Amino acid sequence: MPMVEVAGKSFEVDEEGYLTNLADWNQDIAGYLAQEEKVEMTDSHWEVVNFLREYYDEYQIAPAVRVLTKAISKKLGADKGNNKYLYELFPYGPAKQACKIAGLPKPTGCI
Amino acid sequence: MSDMMEDMEGGEGVVKKFMFVNRKAPHGTIYALEGLEVVLISAAFDQDVSMVFADDGVYELIKGMNTKGIEVKDFSRTYRALDGYDIEKLYVEKASMEARGLTEDDLIVDVTVLDSAEMANLMAEQDIVISY
Repeated sequence: MPMVEVAGKSFEVDEEGYLTNLADWNQDIAGYLAQEEKVEMTDSHWEVVNFLREYYDEYQIAPAVRVLTKAISKKLGADKGNNKYLYELFPYGPAKQACKIAGLPKPTGCI
Repeated sequence: MSDMMEDMEGGEGVVKKFMFVNRKAPHGTIYALEGLEVVLISAAFDQDVSMVFADDGVYELIKGMNTKGIEVKDFSRTYRALDGYDIEKLYVEKASMEARGLTEDDLIVDVTVLDSAEMANLMAEQDIVISY
């Protein structure tokens, strides 16, 4: 497994760049993973990333994009729980990119 | 979820009744976890999906699981995510539950408890039954 060094600490990622150990995650690593995905993190991005971490903490899975939009809609409102808003933040797929930045495994059902 | 799968969702697909029957204890084999993943993936295809928990499969739904000692992931809480995936038909076989000294209160999700005759009828209505 490849190792990456961020802020003086090294951590393991899989062959697609997903963090191997969820517990390694911190803001610096999220920043690094975002850079790798070419995503400029704003408060809106962090809101989704933090939402995903809470979701994972509760259910132990990374949600499919359809489930993510529905859950965000429920918690943060319909203006955020829709594909347009989420794809603007994460152009290559909110489930895929945001999960990666959040340090979660690749969503179940993602090919 | 991939873009490919999303594209497929738009089609006028045939809806079939899929039943996934879980008969094995949650840990020790990979069946319970893999079976759960199959169900989560199947949710993307807008099918009529139900899950049955029978025999030792009832243990998959037990509350307050602690897997630290065997160093595997505790995925029992993932059953609570099924609702968000629109998988709401969860059935437990009554005799299996009772034989293990369990009641509905011991389970991590709301289920419908069926006796074996009711379960047999429900199975007979399915297009596809997949058993682990």
